[in-house]
Amino acid sequence: MDIIRKIEQENMRMDMPAFRSGDTVKVHLRIVEGEKERIQVFQGNVIRIKRGTTNATFTVRKVSDGVGVERIFPLNSPFIDHVELVTQGRVRRSRLYYLRALKGKAARIKPRGRF
Amino acid sequence: MAEKMGILGRKLGMTRVFAGDGAAVAVTVIEAGPCPVTQVKTVQTDGYNALQIALTAAREKHVTKPLQGHFAKAGKGLFRHLHEIRLNGEPEQQLGQELTVAMFAAGEVVKVTGKSVGKGYQGRMRRWNFAGSKDTHGCEKVHRNNGSVGNNTFPGHVFKGRKMAGHWGNETVTETGLLIVDVRPEDNVILVKGSVPGPKNGLVLIRKQ
Repeated sequence: MDIIRKIEQENMRMDMPAFRSGDTVKVHLRIVEGEKERIQVFQGNVIRIKRGTTNATFTVRKVSDGVGVERIFPLNSPFIDHVELVTQGRVRRSRLYYLRALKGKAARIKPRGRF
Repeated sequence: MAEKMGILGRKLGMTRVFAGDGAAVAVTVIEAGPCPVTQVKTVQTDGYNALQIALTAAREKHVTKPLQGHFAKAGKGLFRHLHEIRLNGEPEQQLGQELTVAMFAAGEVVKVTGKSVGKGYQGRMRRWNFAGSKDTHGCEKVHRNNGSVGNNTFPGHVFKGRKMAGHWGNETVTETGLLIVDVRPEDNVILVKGSVPGPKNGLVLIRKQ
């Protein structure tokens, strides 16, 4: 079992910022088109973090031209260049599926303040 | 009949790694070898060419006296598992030489043999994915029964191989066409893409294809 843990440890990346559900993040993705490689940015709210070792994922939701778009990223994927934490949000649950039913002003997340 | 070179190992479990191109791959982690050669068989001595390899050190009280004498010839200690690999030509390996995972390389395709997880005596619904009967609408006592097994006068018997309830699993299964994702000689570990037969800690044989 220890060897498996060691292999997983090597496949995990330790450079991820500590973001939570409700935070707004910019995911900088490496996109390879033929020979060229470019960076694409996907910005939105983190609505779910599935914890784990190498199979951990997080879901980012944004509204693009009035259409909700959700992308699930493997947390440790080498395709992710880096993740930028934009704002921290104050939410009361870890899975923000209720945002899917909300639009416009109602779908905003309050910023997390310090007490 | 002749097998390709192989190595004995122990299935440690499964995980997910990121391959060289960044894609996530489900892999089985197998701890394989080092397997000492405990006997070299040739046409001259035994009538056929083969290598006998061993795995997992054993204590003296677990090994019979005749086997202890057999292991003494190789001089590598006592072992729990033995396996013979038949070969086409005369084996190049010497008695006592150790086979390690270094014989494999990432990107190679192998086949893995193991004993599948035993599932005991199972009904047709679970063993063969039969649909079963209705739960209601007058259906009585036959909810998970097998139904018809064939015709009447002709052919007058049930065909062999008819899918029925019975013992499932715990049989030798070979999975072919498995890609080696990574070889780690320092840990004696091989990562194989996909699943391999058997439970965790089960004995497996990895062979070249």
